[in-house]
Amino acid sequence: MNFLNFLISGISLGSIYAIIALGYTMVYGIAKMLNFAHGDVIMVGGYICFFAVSSYQLPPALGILAAIVVCTVLGMVVERLAYKPLRQAPSLAVLITAIGVSYFLQNSALLLWSSTPKMFPAFFTVKSEDAVKNSIQLFDGQLTVSFVTIATILTCLIIMVGLTLFINRTKMGKAMRACSEDKGAAQLMGINVDGTISMTFAIGSGLAAVAGVLLCSAYPTLVPTTGSMPGIKAFTAAVFGGIGSIPGALLGGLLLGVIETFAKAYISMQLSDAIVFAVLIIVLLVKPAGLLGKQIREKV
Amino acid sequence: MASLKITAKKNLSKTSRRNYLTYGLVILAFVILQAMSGSLSSSLKGMLVPICAYVVMAISLNLTVGILGELSLGHAGFMSVGAFTGVIVASYLQDTITIAPLRLAISMVAGAAFAALAGFLIGIPVLRLKGDYLAIVTLAFGEIIKTIFTNLYVGVDGRGLHFSLLEDKTNLAEGGKLVVSGPMGMGSIQKIASFTAGFLLILITLAVVFNLVNSRAGRAIMAIRDNRIAAESIGINVTKYKMIAFVTSAALAGAAGTLFAMNYSTIVATKFDFNTSILVLVFVVLGGLGNMLGSIIAAAVLTILPEALRQFSDYRMLVYAIVLILVMLATNNPTLRGYLDRVKGAITGKHSEKEAA
Repeated sequence: MNFLNFLISGISLGSIYAIIALGYTMVYGIAKMLNFAHGDVIMVGGYICFFAVSSYQLPPALGILAAIVVCTVLGMVVERLAYKPLRQAPSLAVLITAIGVSYFLQNSALLLWSSTPKMFPAFFTVKSEDAVKNSIQLFDGQLTVSFVTIATILTCLIIMVGLTLFINRTKMGKAMRACSEDKGAAQLMGINVDGTISMTFAIGSGLAAVAGVLLCSAYPTLVPTTGSMPGIKAFTAAVFGGIGSIPGALLGGLLLGVIETFAKAYISMQLSDAIVFAVLIIVLLVKPAGLLGKQIREKV
Repeated sequence: MASLKITAKKNLSKTSRRNYLTYGLVILAFVILQAMSGSLSSSLKGMLVPICAYVVMAISLNLTVGILGELSLGHAGFMSVGAFTGVIVASYLQDTITIAPLRLAISMVAGAAFAALAGFLIGIPVLRLKGDYLAIVTLAFGEIIKTIFTNLYVGVDGRGLHFSLLEDKTNLAEGGKLVVSGPMGMGSIQKIASFTAGFLLILITLAVVFNLVNSRAGRAIMAIRDNRIAAESIGINVTKYKMIAFVTSAALAGAAGTLFAMNYSTIVATKFDFNTSILVLVFVVLGGLGNMLGSIIAAAVLTILPEALRQFSDYRMLVYAIVLILVMLATNNPTLRGYLDRVKGAITGKHSEKEAA
């Protein structure tokens, strides 16, 4: 039963990584840039939801919605102001700008909301027989599954299905696929490339807000650097699955979450990060483009 | 004969002049700072050694990013290896070698050697990959090194060095001392690093890098950067030359790490994290890829900048972030770039003609 417990919490953690990794992978696939500020958008999402719920007494659903709206707008504004002027610049310049944006978001959060940790309220509870429960017991109490876990896994599934449908069935999705293949050709076919890139950032940042709320519900301490480590891990997950591939982000995220949880449980609490990264290195040595990434042949 | 000599001199002069300019400016900066040492504020004085360490870090990373053309996001890992090795060696030799500068030099060599070894071991898998995948693996190695050093315990006593991982099982004899104590890092380090040592390290680093770049190996490395397939097809051993650049870069970072650590009384492994790697990368990109003088200036200015912005107190890191974004936007703005090129052309008239042709 312990094993099953760890597996479930691993999948839950992995689902959060997967949602964040989607943002990395979509932006990479279309704009060909590593958006290092993505992790900090998660943190902003967490804070917005926190203040909406605890300071303005909004219901959790509205809080989440507010976080999504703010982060989506934030993503688009950042793209417009910081990344769009650099469309033709070398990729390293864009990378450094993204790092600048990351510093900017972290330090703005530090100034606005101070470094004192905020305790994120528990949303995912059910009132039954005048007691507030936040988990259900299965198999005579041998297996405890919290509602946050269930909500996280469900959200991840819904997002995956929705995003796959969006990419494959809608006109905007088609435009995104076209842009990721060949921006120049897409533009010649009458696709608004700038609009598509902006849309990608909007979706990625909206997802980051959702991930932020889920992350803070599972690990309720909220500080301005909350987003950095999950950001790096999710980036790793995106590479793990093959950066640019949406199913790859899901697979990479889930595997990373499960490996991390098992490493913590069975090998060593302190060394779990090292183990996760070691697995990543081994995978990349065997499959240099990630698990589901396309191996691009070099033409001479 | 005489004319041949002159042409050879002329051909050489372009790169050499630049290199001598770099050496000259570094020496000039050192002399000026030494002359002014009485009037420097204490906070600036305290930053001299870290600036030297970051300058060396920036030059060495520039070798990987600018000359070799591979993005490394884990350069702080090598700094960490150098810092830990250096401090362990220094405390081991504390009673044997009493002359502090000599002990520092030996520690730096040891730090550089171990960092080179780490660079070699990491280079074997890393250099097989390309582009962003290579970058993420260097990031991963940086994090692994950080995690290992955070859980490492090293003690020194009469019988020698004792190592253990995860918990303190060193069982030191009477009079023994725990040098590295896990998450607490290294405590009671003897601060033997000096500005002069840092200055000498910068000069050595410059000499190593310039000589490498202007050698046969250096040209091979740059050929690989510009076109790997073409380089391979004319018989350049890609892995070998990539490894030379990577290991040299790691060794120099290791020496910088030793210098850095010896300037503080305590240091923890988390000091050398992803953010430090990124910080050094920012120096390199702002200074200009492949431009060592640029790296030196960027490293020095950007290390002082947060201090200089102290009057903004809480806002200083925010200002730093905004400056960083604006500089990147400005330097990559086509209109501004064209304007700057024209100004440059007006000043050095001859150059612009050459570029146009």
